[in-house]
Amino acid sequence: MRLGKPRPHPNERDGYVKIGTPREVFPGESRVAMTPDSAKQLQKLGYECAIESGAGKAAGFSDAAYAEAGVEVLGSAEELYAASDIIAKVRPPEDAEIGLLSADKTLISFFYPASNEALMEAAKEKGASVIAMDMVPRISRAQKMDALSSMANIAGYRAVIEAGNNFGRFFTGQVTAAGKVPPAKVLVVGAGVAGLAAIGTSTSLGAITYAFDVRPEVAEQIESMGAEFVYLEFDEEQTDGAATGGYAAPSSPEFREAQLAKFRELAPEMDIVITTALIPNRDAPVLWTKDMVEMMKPGSVIVDLAAERGGNCELTVKDEKIVTDNGVTIVGYTDFPSRMAAQSSTLYATNIRHMMTDLTPEKDGTVNHNMDDDVIRGATITHEGAITFPPPPPKIQAIAVKKPAEKPKELTREEKLALEREEFRKQTRSQALLLGISGALLLLVGAFAPSSFMQHFIVFVLAVFVGFQVIWNVSHSLHTPLMAVTNAISSIIILGALMQIGSGGWLVVILAALSVFMVGINIFGGFLVTRRMLAMFQKS
Amino acid sequence: MEGFTTAAYIVAAVLFILSLGGLSGQESAKRAVWYGIVGMALAVFATLIGPGSGLWILSLILLAGGGAIGVYIAKRVQMTEMPQLVAAMHALVGLAAVFVGFNAHLELSNVLGMDEAARHAAEGFAAALVHKIEDPEAGALINILKVELFLGIFIGAVTFTGSVIAFGKLAGNIDGKPKQLPGGHLLNAAAAALSLILLVMYFNAPAGTGFWMVLLMTLLAFFIGYHLIMGIGGADMPVVVSMLNSYSGWAAAAIGFSLSNDLLIVTGALVGSSGAILSYIMCKAMNRHFVSVILGGFGGSGEPAAEVTGEQIAIDADGVASALDDADSVIIVPGYGLAVAQAQQSVAELSRRLRAKGKEVRFGIHPVAGRLPGHMNVLLAEAKVPYDIVLEMDEINDDFPETDVVIVIGSNDIVNPSAQEDPNSPIAGMPVLEVWKAKQVFVSKRGQGTGYSGIENPLFYKENTRMFFGDAKKSLDDLLTRID
Repeated sequence: MRLGKPRPHPNERDGYVKIGTPREVFPGESRVAMTPDSAKQLQKLGYECAIESGAGKAAGFSDAAYAEAGVEVLGSAEELYAASDIIAKVRPPEDAEIGLLSADKTLISFFYPASNEALMEAAKEKGASVIAMDMVPRISRAQKMDALSSMANIAGYRAVIEAGNNFGRFFTGQVTAAGKVPPAKVLVVGAGVAGLAAIGTSTSLGAITYAFDVRPEVAEQIESMGAEFVYLEFDEEQTDGAATGGYAAPSSPEFREAQLAKFRELAPEMDIVITTALIPNRDAPVLWTKDMVEMMKPGSVIVDLAAERGGNCELTVKDEKIVTDNGVTIVGYTDFPSRMAAQSSTLYATNIRHMMTDLTPEKDGTVNHNMDDDVIRGATITHEGAITFPPPPPKIQAIAVKKPAEKPKELTREEKLALEREEFRKQTRSQALLLGISGALLLLVGAFAPSSFMQHFIVFVLAVFVGFQVIWNVSHSLHTPLMAVTNAISSIIILGALMQIGSGGWLVVILAALSVFMVGINIFGGFLVTRRMLAMFQKS
Repeated sequence: MEGFTTAAYIVAAVLFILSLGGLSGQESAKRAVWYGIVGMALAVFATLIGPGSGLWILSLILLAGGGAIGVYIAKRVQMTEMPQLVAAMHALVGLAAVFVGFNAHLELSNVLGMDEAARHAAEGFAAALVHKIEDPEAGALINILKVELFLGIFIGAVTFTGSVIAFGKLAGNIDGKPKQLPGGHLLNAAAAALSLILLVMYFNAPAGTGFWMVLLMTLLAFFIGYHLIMGIGGADMPVVVSMLNSYSGWAAAAIGFSLSNDLLIVTGALVGSSGAILSYIMCKAMNRHFVSVILGGFGGSGEPAAEVTGEQIAIDADGVASALDDADSVIIVPGYGLAVAQAQQSVAELSRRLRAKGKEVRFGIHPVAGRLPGHMNVLLAEAKVPYDIVLEMDEINDDFPETDVVIVIGSNDIVNPSAQEDPNSPIAGMPVLEVWKAKQVFVSKRGQGTGYSGIENPLFYKENTRMFFGDAKKSLDDLLTRID
């Protein structure tokens, strides 16, 4: 069929497309990819739903509940695979499950194609289409099907709960009749989705929470969740998360050293450490070394969410909880979402349902596997007998490229002083220049003008100076009253008119009289209106 | 008696300085205005009983008559009409300066024509002139006097017509768009040059003659005032009004010189420098040079400003009400549109209701919002908005990112992001209120048109902006019915 023979479209087989969910075969996995609620939604899209008997039991969904939601309950995995056109599950398929696929089937599950190449090859050989939920691109439109985030959110929450379970004290500080209890101090390393969820849970339980991330731009998010961002003083250009799709990138050895030094400083104080640092497609970086663990107080707890990939803590044992010689508990579980199967199944099933919604633009129960769609293209790893992994880079940037604004460079003390000195010198120079020029001008005037004029002139210059000094202090909000009052005061010109009115011919008298009249309007109007305005200003 | 008058003048001058200085704070300002009133009363009283003022009964009657009109106007004026009122009052001072200047000239020729006996009998201003004439340096004194009164009349005349035009523009009687006669600023320059020539001629003419030169210069100055202000757009009015304020002060100072009256000089200088500083502050707030404001019109950088693309999304009162209901912090940015719609009471009521619900409500005022420096503050104060929630641009600009809702009422250029984002924008570099950084922005606006400066505003097209079209007062009242 890969050679051009058209593959029978699911719809052409029996008219209905069936979505089936088998029981997870991975030991200890409690999640299920379809819930009765999500099944109802899928049926609204025009699909039929089927489930393997007992698939939802561990997550708290009985066969009866599924049947009630209109889901066909099938006895065995073989039966389910045979009946379904689309298989939705949680964990990457086992070899046996791959064997049950065929060219007309589509598998939707976590797949981790980068580290499961053999599995991907096998799926390709079968000709089946595979949509990997972990490959959904991180763009806004695809957030509703971002299962990794859903699961990380749960893992972050559960990590705090798990830590609390192993921690012998309260999270929140209390003053009780039986004595004072200090609050727990929690450090969250890595502020991705899981980290932020852990921060949120920890702060809402009342712990003093600190958080660290190599991406300085997440400081704001951390602080918005109520934790304190642990700043690292480091000169090197730090990683720009926007360029790496919102994930952290490996950091330089120098940076790592600075980071570890900071952690060593924090280790003795922390009661609970939750590490969530992961770098895509690499082993987890070791951030919490043996000596840090040894520095910690007995009874402290470390929860390592990166245990799956080797762990952020040097002593982590995957899938196990250990207690070190100095009494520090290190939790290395990798199945946090599975430990909250009801919650994680609900969220995962919803992610799957959203994926199906995108695959069914017409809501008519037919799959339109549109490889031009960024999200569908990105998540599809095998299609029509070919491997389509890795996908081309998405057309839209993961996060709007927003370079952090160039922070004005922190000046050293010396530089600042130099700058101030320079500024001061400049000011002095311009002031001296101004004074020199005005002084020269004054001297020039003085040389020619009679002394009685100079007396008035001195008064004038001083008054201008006083005016400048006084007006600078006037508050902005009072500028309108200032104008009104200066206007009223400029009515002082009435003195001229008053002096003239009694001395001279009729024309002088008339002009002076007119002036007095007009200025009279101004004096009373100006002051009164100023008073009216000022009376309105009041404090709350 | 002369000693008493001088002493009174000194006291008055001190009181005036205190009066201006007191405006540094809202509370001390209430006291400050009394200093001004007492100072003025003292000055007038001292002059009336001082040496040589005659006809004081007539003076008092005229003063009372003018005062009655002043009181009537001051009581009746709407706070939104404050810019017009201030402009009109500047016109009065300008014209008075012109008249007093004329009188100085007339008196001068009068006194020069007197014989010895009459001179000694002269009173008041005439006596002061006689004093000058009999001074050993009489020639120089008379020359200086001529220059001073010429200058005083010139500045006074420019202030007069300029203020009349500013009044007309602010009151809406004259179209606010910049308009100039063909020839533009060349006409002004020519008129100014001609005035200078007249000054030289007048200076060289025998003292007391050449009244026609003064009259002609006055006409030229009238023209300059008229033409200069006609060429300036309505949005620049805050600068114009404070500039005219400054001019009226300088005119008074110049007249003070010619009358040898120190109080006039001091007060004129105070007012003049106050107006000059205000103009400077306003220009800085618009990131423009004083000269370019005076020369009128917005000058672009030549390259076309960036096209604004997108769509303005409208919203109704219900939408705004529910957003306000969810918001914790609200900033209201009022502009001239608020004054036009007389919506200050409604916006005050809105802020009261929101505050009563425990939300943080503040006002952000741009220095050139409105048509007069501090215009918005006065309007909000009238509506009893407490002044401690009314903040300046610099105080509030950093708070926008943490603000849930910003309501922009009738302002445009002062919230235009292209001042920061588009170097080719005519207002590039002007400090603006960064409202677009808030989570949500509502713009209350009459229609889709551009603002006074005719510049497109990308704010209206931003994703977090919703347009709340309609008359500001109606819109706000509508909104108030939905918020209790």
